[in-house]
Amino acid sequence: MSATGIGAAVRRKEDQRFVTGKGHYTDDVSRPGQCHAYFLRSPHAHAKIKNIDSEAAAAMPGVLAVLTGADLAADKIGNLICGWMITSKDGSQMKMAPHPAIAHGKANYVGDPVAVVVAETLPQAKDAAEKVKVDYDLLPALCDPAKAQDQGAPQIHEVAPRNTIYQWHLGDAKAVEAAFKTARHVTKLDFINNRLVPNAIEPRAAIGEYDAGSESLTLWNTTQNPHVARLVMSAFVGLAPEHKLRVIAPDVGGGFGSKIFIYPEEVVCLWAARKIGRPIKWVAERSEAFLTDAHGRDHVTHAEMAFDPDGKVTGLRVKTVANLGAYMSTFSSSVPTYLYGTLLSGQYEIPAIYCEVDAVYTNTVPVDAYRGAGRPEATFVVERLIEVGGRQMGVDPADLRQKNFIKTFPHQTPVIMIYDAGDYHASLKKALELADYAGLAKRKRESVRHDKLRGIGFSTYIEACGIAPSQAVGSLGCGVGLWESAEVRVNPTGTVEVLTGCHQHGQGHETTFAQVVSERLGIPLENVSVVHGDTDKVQFGMGTYGSRSGAVGISAIVKALDKIEAKAKKVAAHMLEAAEGDIVFEDGKFTVAGTDKSAAWGEVALNAYIAHKFAGQELEPGLKEGAFYDPTNFTFPAGCHICEVEVDPQTGESEIVAWTAVDDFGTVVNPMIVEGQVHGGIAQGVGQALLEGAIYDKDGQLVTGSLMDYCMPRAQDLPALKVEMTKTAAPSNPLGIKGCGEAGAIAAPVAVINAITDAIGTEDLPMPATPQAVWRALQKANDRRTAA
Amino acid sequence: MYAFTQHRPATVRQAASLLTKQEEAKLLAGGHTLIPTMKLRLAGPKHLVDLSKVEGLSGIEMKGRSLVVGAMTTHVEVETSPIMKESIPALAGLAGKIGDPAVRHRGTIGGSIANNDPNADYPAAVLGLGATIITNKRRIHADEFFKGLFETALEDDEIITKVQFPKVNKAAYVKFPNPASRYALVGVFVSKRSSEIRVVVTGAGANGVFRVTTFEEALKKRFGPKSIEGLTVPADGMASDIHGSAEYRAHLVGVLARRAVAAAA
Ligand SMILES: Cc1cc2nc3c(=O)[nH]c(=O)nc-3n(C[C@H](O)[C@H](O)[C@H](O)COP(=O)(O)OP(=O)(O)OC[C@H]3O[C@@H](n4cnc5c(N)ncnc54)[C@H](O)[C@@H]3O)c2cc1C
Repeated sequence: MSATGIGAAVRRKEDQRFVTGKGHYTDDVSRPGQCHAYFLRSPHAHAKIKNIDSEAAAAMPGVLAVLTGADLAADKIGNLICGWMITSKDGSQMKMAPHPAIAHGKANYVGDPVAVVVAETLPQAKDAAEKVKVDYDLLPALCDPAKAQDQGAPQIHEVAPRNTIYQWHLGDAKAVEAAFKTARHVTKLDFINNRLVPNAIEPRAAIGEYDAGSESLTLWNTTQNPHVARLVMSAFVGLAPEHKLRVIAPDVGGGFGSKIFIYPEEVVCLWAARKIGRPIKWVAERSEAFLTDAHGRDHVTHAEMAFDPDGKVTGLRVKTVANLGAYMSTFSSSVPTYLYGTLLSGQYEIPAIYCEVDAVYTNTVPVDAYRGAGRPEATFVVERLIEVGGRQMGVDPADLRQKNFIKTFPHQTPVIMIYDAGDYHASLKKALELADYAGLAKRKRESVRHDKLRGIGFSTYIEACGIAPSQAVGSLGCGVGLWESAEVRVNPTGTVEVLTGCHQHGQGHETTFAQVVSERLGIPLENVSVVHGDTDKVQFGMGTYGSRSGAVGISAIVKALDKIEAKAKKVAAHMLEAAEGDIVFEDGKFTVAGTDKSAAWGEVALNAYIAHKFAGQELEPGLKEGAFYDPTNFTFPAGCHICEVEVDPQTGESEIVAWTAVDDFGTVVNPMIVEGQVHGGIAQGVGQALLEGAIYDKDGQLVTGSLMDYCMPRAQDLPALKVEMTKTAAPSNPLGIKGCGEAGAIAAPVAVINAITDAIGTEDLPMPATPQAVWRALQKANDRRTAA
Repeated sequence: MYAFTQHRPATVRQAASLLTKQEEAKLLAGGHTLIPTMKLRLAGPKHLVDLSKVEGLSGIEMKGRSLVVGAMTTHVEVETSPIMKESIPALAGLAGKIGDPAVRHRGTIGGSIANNDPNADYPAAVLGLGATIITNKRRIHADEFFKGLFETALEDDEIITKVQFPKVNKAAYVKFPNPASRYALVGVFVSKRSSEIRVVVTGAGANGVFRVTTFEEALKKRFGPKSIEGLTVPADGMASDIHGSAEYRAHLVGVLARRAVAAAA
């Protein structure tokens, strides 16, 4: 390992600019002649738009245009789409309702844009928006996914009777039925996987600009995948052909999934910029972000697990209603299906699994992928059932897990996935030691002495990362391929630019990607720069989400580096007048095997460009190679998290007193960055378990519409985390990387709930487990005891 | 935000006259309540009378057996004042639990009391210590000052200049923060000054800060947590929202009162 190569905990190259305020975000971009957009949004969850009178608004000072859904339709701007086709049990295709960028005819959630005001300044646009008169006809609102399919529930979209988008299933219902018939013990649970508001620190923003000379559009946008945004806006929305549309994602301050999707505001900024001939900027306010960023989770689930007399799991049955909100967001359909049902085997050998998912529309903002996307929900189902099952059968939860672990690989689960590598026993064992599981009974007694209740909770999770390969996702309905691209450009002086189709918004790619190049070419880290986030620089790429940048994005770079090395060897052979096959490349030096003849990396790079020694076309000048990489399988990070809590039974407060995480991420490029990802993921998972929950009231108003009511985790909510790793390399990519970006958020929520329920001795506890929720659970348990 | 004109008077008299003369004028102290509502366009005063340059409105001093705190004194000044920590540590501690460091460095005692947010901390101490609010016009005893949600005895053109806190023998404040906002979901302030005992609750009441006379009576016999063991307040009359039902708040009043008495005793 070199000092800056794979495995080195080097400091992040990008942090200097971020912490000194030198980052360059969308809102830092200002274009000559720029004006501002303000979106007038529906204050009603469900309402017919009878009329919009914008005359007074249009006459206000500074106003350039007031545009509505009717204008958008008149200009034949296409709808936003969901790019993953899900087929129902009955063979019918999912019911995708039209999603215009500005509501036309009907508003379907609080925050649905109904008009946009473009003015010289933002205050002018806001003042004018107050003068737009919208005549609404209120309709009853539907917010609770559990009631969406009821007879008589408000119908949101004509295409979807009973608000049902699809009724999907996976697995073998008959086999599961048989397993339950012969089961010794069955554990049944009902729960809600609570709805979350992503809250990236940088709110969404867009600047649209039209250049009449070249007839081309440019969009600066807070996106995690600029090329996918361009593709959708060209092919479906029809704003401009791809070669006339440039999407630039400069520094982006966090996404967590919420910036994958194509949103109405960016479409409108581009369309309106061309219409009025001025660049238009829009930046979301935090309140707007709460109302309009795609939310996460929101599942209502009933699940049952069957055990045989030895405590082996014999069957799993899951029925989920997934809330997709008012419209189908870009990848929303895949989250509660192929990112959820396929992970229900967990780390266990479960012979029979059957999962049914109904996706429904409601009058709430769209729900789509959010850190973990489907996998935290799956992990919650499996890890809650096995924990409660163990408690009910009187078996130690660690023992029960070990008994059911998959031990040989590859392992075909009953729900599509083929796990290719793992060692679940190793991570559990290490975690038990680090968490001092043996000393738990003593610690519990100590807690009782100071009037507290102590509990421990496990989460031996698995997830599928590196979301790819293209063939597999294509067969499951994905509208795009999920490979990745890279280009390595060597300059004549030997410095290197790496172009990647991934996009960083907190992950540290500028460091980790450079580390891989630095090690391979034997050049200093500072001689490598990573270029991303501009469709005019990077030819194509699929962006960053699903913990895919390491496993897929770095693999593409490795493939391009293979080609670079091959070409550089040819150049070196010319220079050293040796046969190509005799050239050895090591530590940044080309040598002729068995001689002391050598050429340094920089000399070879220079010769590739001056080309003085290449005769004619025998060897092409230059040193630049590109590659597309499509892996052979998903990757399967897995591990064991153990959470220990102390509960104050008088107030219901839970304090996390210890956290142990042992994860298997395969090869780790930068352990410091990976540890940071684990920390952040756990914090978000703890947020879901203890603090966060989006609440719509019965009229469809978002009650938790600001940080005064929606609680995000703070540093004080977490103890010092013990983070360790085990390793089995992923066989499906050249470096053996599995991916680490979502693991914490996937593992954590259920570990917390398992811990609190252990402490309070009752399983009936919702998320978020706020002090009030814990107190109520204790009250209920008390009432039951006194009644009995 | 809507456009507004900002004035910076140098004296209380000038501030008062601006307040009466200008239409739709509002006092600006730390701005931590007022500015967010203006940003959301929920408030749109045409004139802001900024108190930051008015002389003599800030600082803490001992006057006889009372501590006098200027209206523009920030929470962090109250928290860290040696004389406050020495004489009424419960009040210094309360100030140190308000919001976060940014809030504590900008927010003022005058702004907090004038605003009378039902979940604010200071009203509990002002009522719990039987303080006197001094304005440019008069002196108002705490018992007469708080009039329900966001309502006080202040007249439109009245400016709080000082708050006078009597020294007490024993006092403590226990706060159960709203997890999101960090305001008090429930906060209980208890004090004992010779024979006068006060138990004051903020955050929980449907009508703002209030005294719990049943607890006070029970504590007169013996000032200790055992005296109020098993006592509760009725759930009706408590506020109820997504963060805490009336029942939960009523329950917390009992728990926190016992903890506060234990801390003070
Ligand atoms: C994120 C956040 C968290 C917070 N957490 C807490 C908390 O935990 N506990 C808590 O108690 N508070 C909390 N606050 C409120 C904070 O303490 C404010 O500082 C306080 O409520 C208002 O004081 P201010 O000086 O900022 O007043 P301003 O916002 O300037 O004014 C508030 C109101 O009082 C009026 N006013 C101001 N000064 C005077 C005066 N001298 N005489 C008459 N009227 C006057 C103004 O006209 C205005 O109507 C929080 C605030 C924020 C933003």
